[in-house]
Amino acid sequence: MNDARAPSIDVSGLPSFAFSHRSPMWWGTLGMMAIEGTVFALTVATYFYLRSHSDTWPMTARPPDLLWGTLNTAIMLLSAVPNHLAKRAGERYDVPGVRLWIIVGLVFGLAFIAVRVMEFAALNVRWDSNAYGSVVWTLLGLHTVHMVTDWADTLVLGVLFFTGPLEGKRFVDVSENSMYWYFVVWTWLPIYLVIYWGARAL
Amino acid sequence: MDRPLVEPPARGSDAPRLKDGPPPGSAEARALDETWADPPGFFGWFCPVNHKTIAKRFIVTTLAFFAAGGLLAAVMRAQLSRPENNLVGPDMYNQLFTMHGTTMMFLFAVPVMQTVATYMLPLMLGTRNVAFPRMNAYAYWIFLFGGLMLYIAFFFNTGPDAGWFAYVPLSGPQFAPGKRVDFWAQMITFTEMSALVEAIVIITTIFKFRAPGMTLNRLPLFAWSMLVTSFMVLFAMPAVMLASTALIMDRLIGTHFYNPAEGGDALLWQHLFWFFGHPEVYLIFIPGLGFLSAIIPTFARRPIFGYTAMVLSLIATAFLSFGLWVHHMFATNLPELGKGFFTAVSMLIAIPSAIQIYCWLATLWTGRLNLKTPLLFVLAFFFILVLGGMTGLMLASVPLDLQVHDTYFVVAHLHYVLIGGAVFPLFGAFYYWFPKFSGRMMSEGLGRWSFWLMFIGFNLAFFPMHLLGLHGMPRRVYTYQAGMGWDNLNLASTIGAYTLALGIFLSLVNAIRSARSGEPAPADPWGGGTLEWATASPPATCNFHRVPVVYGRDPVWEPPPPGAPAYVSGLAADSREQLVTTVLDALPDHRISYPTPSPWPFLSAVATTILFVGSIFTPWAIVWGSVIVAVPLVGWFWPTRREAAEHMALEKQP
Amino acid sequence: MVPPVFGLCLRLVLLAVLALLLASLSDYALAATPIPQAVHDALDAMGPQASHIASLWNVFLAACAAVFLAILAVLLYVLWRTPRADGGDVPDLSSLREAEPGPQRHVTRAVVVSVLALFALVVASVFTDRALARLSLADAVNIEVTAHQWWWTAKYVNGGPSDSFTTANEIHVPVGRPVVVNLHADDVIHSLWVPSLAGKKDLIPGRSTVMQFRADHPGIYRGQCAEFCGYQHALMGLLVIAEPPAQFETWVQGQRQSATEPTDAKALRGKAVFESSSCAMCHAIQGSLASAQHAPDLTHVASRQTLAAGTLPNTPQDLSAWISNPQLHKPGTNMPATPLSKDDLEAIVAYLGGLK
Repeated sequence: MNDARAPSIDVSGLPSFAFSHRSPMWWGTLGMMAIEGTVFALTVATYFYLRSHSDTWPMTARPPDLLWGTLNTAIMLLSAVPNHLAKRAGERYDVPGVRLWIIVGLVFGLAFIAVRVMEFAALNVRWDSNAYGSVVWTLLGLHTVHMVTDWADTLVLGVLFFTGPLEGKRFVDVSENSMYWYFVVWTWLPIYLVIYWGARAL
Repeated sequence: MDRPLVEPPARGSDAPRLKDGPPPGSAEARALDETWADPPGFFGWFCPVNHKTIAKRFIVTTLAFFAAGGLLAAVMRAQLSRPENNLVGPDMYNQLFTMHGTTMMFLFAVPVMQTVATYMLPLMLGTRNVAFPRMNAYAYWIFLFGGLMLYIAFFFNTGPDAGWFAYVPLSGPQFAPGKRVDFWAQMITFTEMSALVEAIVIITTIFKFRAPGMTLNRLPLFAWSMLVTSFMVLFAMPAVMLASTALIMDRLIGTHFYNPAEGGDALLWQHLFWFFGHPEVYLIFIPGLGFLSAIIPTFARRPIFGYTAMVLSLIATAFLSFGLWVHHMFATNLPELGKGFFTAVSMLIAIPSAIQIYCWLATLWTGRLNLKTPLLFVLAFFFILVLGGMTGLMLASVPLDLQVHDTYFVVAHLHYVLIGGAVFPLFGAFYYWFPKFSGRMMSEGLGRWSFWLMFIGFNLAFFPMHLLGLHGMPRRVYTYQAGMGWDNLNLASTIGAYTLALGIFLSLVNAIRSARSGEPAPADPWGGGTLEWATASPPATCNFHRVPVVYGRDPVWEPPPPGAPAYVSGLAADSREQLVTTVLDALPDHRISYPTPSPWPFLSAVATTILFVGSIFTPWAIVWGSVIVAVPLVGWFWPTRREAAEHMALEKQP
Repeated sequence: MVPPVFGLCLRLVLLAVLALLLASLSDYALAATPIPQAVHDALDAMGPQASHIASLWNVFLAACAAVFLAILAVLLYVLWRTPRADGGDVPDLSSLREAEPGPQRHVTRAVVVSVLALFALVVASVFTDRALARLSLADAVNIEVTAHQWWWTAKYVNGGPSDSFTTANEIHVPVGRPVVVNLHADDVIHSLWVPSLAGKKDLIPGRSTVMQFRADHPGIYRGQCAEFCGYQHALMGLLVIAEPPAQFETWVQGQRQSATEPTDAKALRGKAVFESSSCAMCHAIQGSLASAQHAPDLTHVASRQTLAAGTLPNTPQDLSAWISNPQLHKPGTNMPATPLSKDDLEAIVAYLGGLK
């Protein structure tokens, strides 16, 4: 094994970064998604568990108003567009493209954070009214925390693309950030259905 | 100033120019040693990102918590040594057993396994560091601060006192006033975050940072066990984080998750906790199985028998462990048919463990034994764990469980499986790998004394507890009346406990003395086959001056065929660079520049601690605490021009 | 050769043992068990539920012991017969080239036997479950037990409302008749466990559950709370006294009566003190002015074997000691110390002592 004369595999010509599942950062992001996804799934399970133990549902409240939640769902789904374009720009090493689409994405983000505030007000129940209120506020609150931290992550990355210094792996970061933004949007869909339609259908 | 956006590559003497490939002793090897060295000095102590440095601190910290938990138990056993004792009263006793369980489960058992993994895996896999080195450092600091917080609270008489699994409503706002349970619940947040971060580090290291040629089919069984454990962590830990967060919310802001009067349910806590709690014990047990698979081949002088069956058994155990949790709730009023299902699965999980035991016995039977201390600890597993597994089958049966649940029978069972299945293998692993991480051999004589005192002490301490449970003694009692028929068994148990403690103490003495003046250890003192034995004891800071190429499951026993490449060359020697390989076949894929030492993980952990501790007292801490945390996190992420220039000198697009 | 540090360790251990002994020579205030004749052993089955479980225990014990001994035998054989080697010996890599049919067969057989044994154990467990569920409930005695921090209420509800009565910490059951116990919890989760009669059942706030058993032999059976419930979880006992049916009926009739009116002056004074002091804030005595339900019903307290849920024997001295300083005997108990003059205390003890 330590024979100085044995041939070796020379890796100096290999690339110094790579996208998607080739990148360790992708696996790290996937791990985060597994964890957060499990938290969401368990909170949804808690919602159904509490439902199964109650005679009426929502317990002593009206269901949440549909307007803001549905509007936010639409805004979030639309934000997939700049998100996707930012990802593509990153994979093409297109710095102006990344800058543009990250800014557009951040604007969408501000919009859905603002609407989220309205959603909380339109839940028609307080977190300390009863267990239904507690679980609904927790579901919405957990998702909001993810939205806000993802927005902040994206902001930091966006600023970096204006100030530099950049290197190859920053373009991988853009790609992974987009993947996480997708996660935040797609996990919203089952949560939306549970909060807004669970109160009506169950 | 008009600075270019994409950093231009460093030039001249700032540019990395040396490449690895030449053997130890060369200029390139010396450059590697310097490149991967830890930063010196007082401030430098807070900055290392070397996995071995972090792991050594982490191991010492977890062992300190182990000792603390043991001392708590020593006081408990003193109190129970005779009936109607008044060494401690009920309030202190309740804190003692809660702190004992909490320390052992959250501050020792899972973290120690993860940290031995973060030390050994890069060596075993043939790479220079774990994936995400700064996250690895952060995980240590966060763990340390969480454990310290809990013990500081305990020393101020604010230690938790509702048991390590804190059932509501006893742990809820009405029956557990003050901040005791809040400190417990928030300690969970600290330690679960640490464990989750380490799980991501371990999974990514195992998948992406193996030596070329180490296909998944050649992955060491210890690595398989840590891979499986880490996946389990990702899916199990969130349950306890959610449960404890809901508990803090019930206590702090008036939610009603667990309040039956407002639609909540006391059993919701139990479901959420045990959905985590059952996999948790397998998080402790499965790495122990990994230790056995690392030690047995070396001391039986042959590769493990039944590698594929062993891997599949690990995976099966992991999956099944998520389907057992209701067996902790058999005494509640859940539907009987449902309980029956959990009986069946709880018995079923014995099968993959049995397969592993039979394969190890087959390996030992057909091998040639080197009866050194590591093997002794491993052999104790077959006695202690198997006995614990048998009582586990008994507990799996609903009718039997209804008699022995919440009695000393369960205390006996859990200690037999955890100490037999994890602590004895851990001690074996400790004796096995001590020469590697310290460069010195431990004393065989003292090792044997320690082993026998531990083995005899353990059985004397815990076997009588089976009988105590059957004779009617419940758990978590600060005293018992004389004349119940429990007196002698308790006294015997106490004597055993102190004998066990003495045995453990001897191993500590052995470790300290050997670290200072033990016989110097060669690279491979036991004749082992996995890659950690292919490098010096202790390893160079870069682990391998030349990253090896692997051709078998035991690379040291199966050297490269003549003419085949034996190692990797071409990675930078004067910049931290490492090789990323493909997931299935470990083909070289690309190079990656590694982070240099940094204070940001430590500072982020301090900020996180402020956020978590603040939110025990006020929910607004989430808001201002997040701002405080955001600052060091941005510092952590933000690249410096020098770093970027150095990386750009090595840059090549895919 | 023993390393010198061992001597140090030995001295430390001896010191610890000495400390233990010294600590244990100090005064204790808790009483030894007040009912040493009570039976409380899961393997000492006194009724069908415990008996089915004890039979299952024997099946499991036999099977598990056999497996354990088999594995131990293999291990000992390995240690005895396998040749020795040391780290320098070349490892045997033949298994990488050739299959190992012998070990493969043995391991496969062992796995098959294990699976069959496990299946058998599951079947045994299922049969026992069914046997437990099939206890005949005809002519059952119905009791509602509510668990509190750190005592038990038992309300007998057979017959109409005027036939029901409430007692605490001790229940009587007729030999040979099934008993159906409805379980509730007032505060935190508790668990009722009478090892010689049945498996345990948790009492969970917000939920109502049921336990069924039958005592087939007369005797005193000790039960205890088996779910950690706070300070005095350790001393939350429940006595189950199984009596021949005639004796049980007599007891029931007695319990249905209101409290015996005191006849002598001391006891009369005791009743007056009881009704006017803090006692009446928590305790009830049917037929007196005291009717609060925060503490054990004392209507027939003198007929019970123990005080404070199995903590103290029911003697006048113990009752007096308990009333004057409950925290000494059961630290953390919810009963406060009642400041009473010596005469008042004696009077109350006399009064309560007459409440058979």
